[in-house]
Amino acid sequence: MSNIPAELKYSASHEWVKEEDGVFVIGLTDYAQSALGDIVFINLPEEGDEVTAGESFADVESVKAVSDVFSPVTGTICAVNEELLDDPAQVNEDPYGAWLVKVENVTATEELLDAEGYAAVVEAEEA
Amino acid sequence: MKLLFERSVPGRGMDLLPACDVPAAEFDPSLLRGAAPHLPEISEIDLGRHYTELAKQTHGVNDGFYPLGSCTMKYNPRVNEEMAALPGFTQIHPLQPIETVQGCLEALYTAEQLLCEITGMDGMTLQPAAGAHGEYTGLQLIRSYHLSRGDTARNKIIVPDSAHGTNPASASMVGYKVVSIPSNPEGGVDLEALRAAVGPDTAGLMLTNPNTVGLFDPNILEITKIVHDAGGLCYYDGANLNAVMGHVRPGDMGFDCVHLNLHKTFSTPHGGGGPGSGPAGCKEFLKPFLPTPHVKKTETGYELYAPEQSMGKVRSFYGNFLVVLKALTYVLTLGKEGIPEASAGAVLNANYMMSKLVGSYDMACNGLCMHEFVMDLSRQAHDYGFTAMDVAKRLLDFGMHPPTMYFPLIVHEALMIEPTETESPETLDEAAEVYLKILAEGMEDAEKLHHAPLNCAISRPDEVGAARNPVVRYTFEA
Repeated sequence: MSNIPAELKYSASHEWVKEEDGVFVIGLTDYAQSALGDIVFINLPEEGDEVTAGESFADVESVKAVSDVFSPVTGTICAVNEELLDDPAQVNEDPYGAWLVKVENVTATEELLDAEGYAAVVEAEEA
Repeated sequence: MKLLFERSVPGRGMDLLPACDVPAAEFDPSLLRGAAPHLPEISEIDLGRHYTELAKQTHGVNDGFYPLGSCTMKYNPRVNEEMAALPGFTQIHPLQPIETVQGCLEALYTAEQLLCEITGMDGMTLQPAAGAHGEYTGLQLIRSYHLSRGDTARNKIIVPDSAHGTNPASASMVGYKVVSIPSNPEGGVDLEALRAAVGPDTAGLMLTNPNTVGLFDPNILEITKIVHDAGGLCYYDGANLNAVMGHVRPGDMGFDCVHLNLHKTFSTPHGGGGPGSGPAGCKEFLKPFLPTPHVKKTETGYELYAPEQSMGKVRSFYGNFLVVLKALTYVLTLGKEGIPEASAGAVLNANYMMSKLVGSYDMACNGLCMHEFVMDLSRQAHDYGFTAMDVAKRLLDFGMHPPTMYFPLIVHEALMIEPTETESPETLDEAAEVYLKILAEGMEDAEKLHHAPLNCAISRPDEVGAARNPVVRYTFEA
């Protein structure tokens, strides 16, 4: 059973979101990293890039496949976790610590799920 | 095994070049390197043994069953090689006067005509060197067309989520934004999602049909109409043409341009057996944009010309000429009767093998398949703890190449099997038995499968380590 912290919000496409004083921190969920398998490469946007809710802003490559990461919010990237570029394994080891990007000036968000709602999404995918 | 560098002994070698019989030229010392390159010094027999040893560790279609889904690993007939080795085709230069290579131009022209007939297209370039290169060329045709009409707003290419990864990659290379649309439960295009996605910014749609789960999309005419009504063009990825070749044509399904993989459908070798070839074909209205040079037939013979609004060259000269010759040999050998027989055989073989496995393995889609089928190991992964990867690794112990794994991405534990028409019922029976045996093994002792292959020279290489920290050069001792 994958780890789904109660204090975070989630998208149905397996990103987690944490709001800190108007800045949205985004990462990949435990279920996402486990489904992907060992991540070998992460392609991240740059500070200042605009992201749009529901559209791809990054991609992750595992031994299995390359997958898009979708932004749960519309806004401007204000920080990028550049450590992941050299050490993408952090996402496998600590998915809720290894954030990907922080977004500010957020004007819209996808319909975000709470932990219970997201657990139902994961359960449906595993069924 | 030892690398060539490790077999090297100073001073050893073979004289491949005759002794120099002209005065040696002097180079400006600034052009010379400071130290000699580390070239391995080795005798011809040791070199030969090195490559033979490597060859023994590989598995080709000449070694055994190779049902790599979506890759169409059919037999490569020897007659293709014989034709392509004829001195009239090999002892030529790409810049020699065209009146001296009329036969070669005729071969190119004939290949284009026949491949156009098979696909329902009006013109084709044989330049692209591989499938993704053909995709790129096809998308450049679409782009050239929109721009020629002053329609600069069309910047999006629609790609289903079941598509080959090269589709979105090629679209990005051309400068398009990729819009991914979901598949319906049958693995086909979701018509409502497509209707919602098209608009004045739609440059086109890229589609494989039959799709990546091996099903022919029954809505294909509706799909291409939706895109055309929105002003977009339709691109056919020929990856799965082997299922329908000679029965239906992309041109009749409403597609405006296509690419073919001669190394899949038309029996030329993959990878190490020779370069690929990915011709891109189009309907009449896109012909002016085809790459240059293009061959045409005139009253006095064959000529090369530049189409009036050509996109330029996509590759040097005329593409992989000898590969095109092999494909031409294949088409002429099979003829009008043999081409549809080949694809019918491919579909029959896939259904025959699927029918032996259905009930034991779960299929991603129910009912008949086309030239390939996708099994889903999710249930086994959940109930017994062995995955598609474990089954694939165990197959190596039985001298068979594993099927394509973890593709399409919409099936989580996918094994995608494409037997092709050139396999006998005996081979398929034997393969099906092995697949059932491995399934039984896994249900009894999943742990055993985690260690497979058990009898190969290499068991499980560290793929993660290789991807994260690739060692791509040899380090010489100082």
